[in-house]
Order: sequence, then C-alpha cells, then structure tokens
Amino acid sequence: MGQVSTAPAEIERPESAEETFAVPEPDVPWVTLVHNDPVNLMSYVAYVFQTYFGYSKDKAHKLMLDVHHKGRAVVSSGSREEMERDVQAMHGYGLWATLTQDRG
Amino acid sequence: MAGLFEEIPGGGVAVALDEVEISILRSLAVQLLELVGPGDQPAAGEDPLAALFAEGPSEAPSDPALARLFPDAYGDPQADSDDAHEREVRANSAEFRRFTENDLRERKRLDALAVVRSLDALATGGEGGAVLKLADDDCKRWLGTLNDLRLTIGTRLEVTDDDDAAGTGDLYRLPDSDPRKPMVMAYLWLGALQESLVETLMP
Repeated sequence: MGQVSTAPAEIERPESAEETFAVPEPDVPWVTLVHNDPVNLMSYVAYVFQTYFGYSKDKAHKLMLDVHHKGRAVVSSGSREEMERDVQAMHGYGLWATLTQDRG
Repeated sequence: MAGLFEEIPGGGVAVALDEVEISILRSLAVQLLELVGPGDQPAAGEDPLAALFAEGPSEAPSDPALARLFPDAYGDPQADSDDAHEREVRANSAEFRRFTENDLRERKRLDALAVVRSLDALATGGEGGAVLKLADDDCKRWLGTLNDLRLTIGTRLEVTDDDDAAGTGDLYRLPDSDPRKPMVMAYLWLGALQESLVETLMP
C-alpha cells in the first residue's frame, strides 16, 4: 500500500521534465518558401509546382507569379519533417527554397 | 542553333543538334561534373558501408555557383530576426546540409553523367549533326542538368532580374569583343533548349 502514497510524486515528475524540455510553440506549422531568383525559367518553376506538389495548372501558375513578383511564396505547409522533405525536393529541382516556422 | 526539343509521337522527345552544339553541351556537362565534384565515393580498399553513412559538410560552399546549387535550407531572408533566432536557423541549416548535401551532389552528378553518355551515344551523320532522342527518365535528367548549367552560368555572369527575356539588361547588349559574350550566348541557348523541353513535359 506504500505505493499509493508515492504515486503523486511520480505524476509530478514528467510535468517538471516537460517544462525543462519545453518545445516552443509545438503546434505552429512550418512552411516551405520558394524565393525568386533571376535564372530559373518561369515555365520551369510552374512545371515543378505542378509535377512535385500535384497542383493544378492555375494554382502552379499563380504561385510562380507570386514568387516572381513578390519575391517569394509559401508553396506548402505542414510538419517540420514534411517541409524538410519539400525543401530537399525543391533543391533537387534547383529552386531556391527554405523552411521556416510560420510565425505570421 | 535552331534545334529545340519536340515530342515524339508514342513517347519521349527529340532534338536535332549539330556537331558544335553537341560539343558545347558535352563540354559544359563535363565542367558541371567537375564543379559538383567527385563526391564521397569510397576509395579502393575503403569500406563502402562507412562511406554510405559518412556525413556531408555543414558549411555552405564558398563558390557562389555551388552555393546556389546547394543553398541553406532554413530561414526566411525577408523576416526580421534576432541573434538567437539567427543562430538557431544557422544550426538547423548546418544539420540539414550534413544529412542531405552528399545525396544531392550525387543526383546532380548522375544527371550530368547521363547527359554526357547520351551525347556520346550519338552517331553523327554525314551532315555533321544528329537527332538526340530521349526516353522519359532521361528527359528528367536532361531537364535537371540544363537547369543546373543555367544556374551555374547565370551565377558566374551575375545575371539579374533586369536581364530578362525582353533583354532590357546590359548583359544582352554586350559588344562582340566582350569576353563574356560567348557565355551569354550559351546561357541564352540553354534557356531556349530548357524552355522547349519544359513545354514537352508539361502535364
């Protein structure tokens, strides 16, 4: 029966551990940004958005124009691991992409 | 220099290239191979498994063209950021690079090698040219290498947004005596080739 009295202490321990190792804003999503560069062809950038993300021709074209005119566009969002995969794929295609936590 | 990619009925694409074009493309692809580097192939006697698990670099390449081919993965260049956040972003980019850059180099190298091999397989006819035919897999490799070449040459030429298709930038008005002129011509030609290849591949 002595176990019962020690139980509350055991419950508290994970809580304090959680505070120590708290991940800041764990549920804030990550995004993949594609940045404008003067070399990549506009048709190629749209092709990549259609091929890799499976976006429609219209959506891919609009995102490509956002990259071109606004300097960058959010092309996908999700977990950090998913965004790392997307950024790696974008680099494979030669697009300038980064991932960041969407703090806006 | 009028050869552009066209779809072949039944699958794949084709482009007519003359001897000079074949030789320029081959030479540029070989230079790209040299730039991207031999990678971490295990040397004779070394354990191939150890090489497989070897970590890549954590620093961005100092060569601007290589830095463009292998950019940092983390961060938002347009966002305001404090020092602590900057440090975190740099650490994340370094770690990402350690685990991905070698693979990316390997892929770019294989793409460029495929380009060299398909050019070497061409039997140039009596006219001094040949028709290059590519199956779907090779189309992707050619597309990748054409883009890598343009990124590399574009970085070397310091192409800016003003140097667009309308030719408003100074780069497209160089006198024939300018040493950059041949590279600008190659850059434009590769752009036209890539554009025609993208058109054939567009879903």
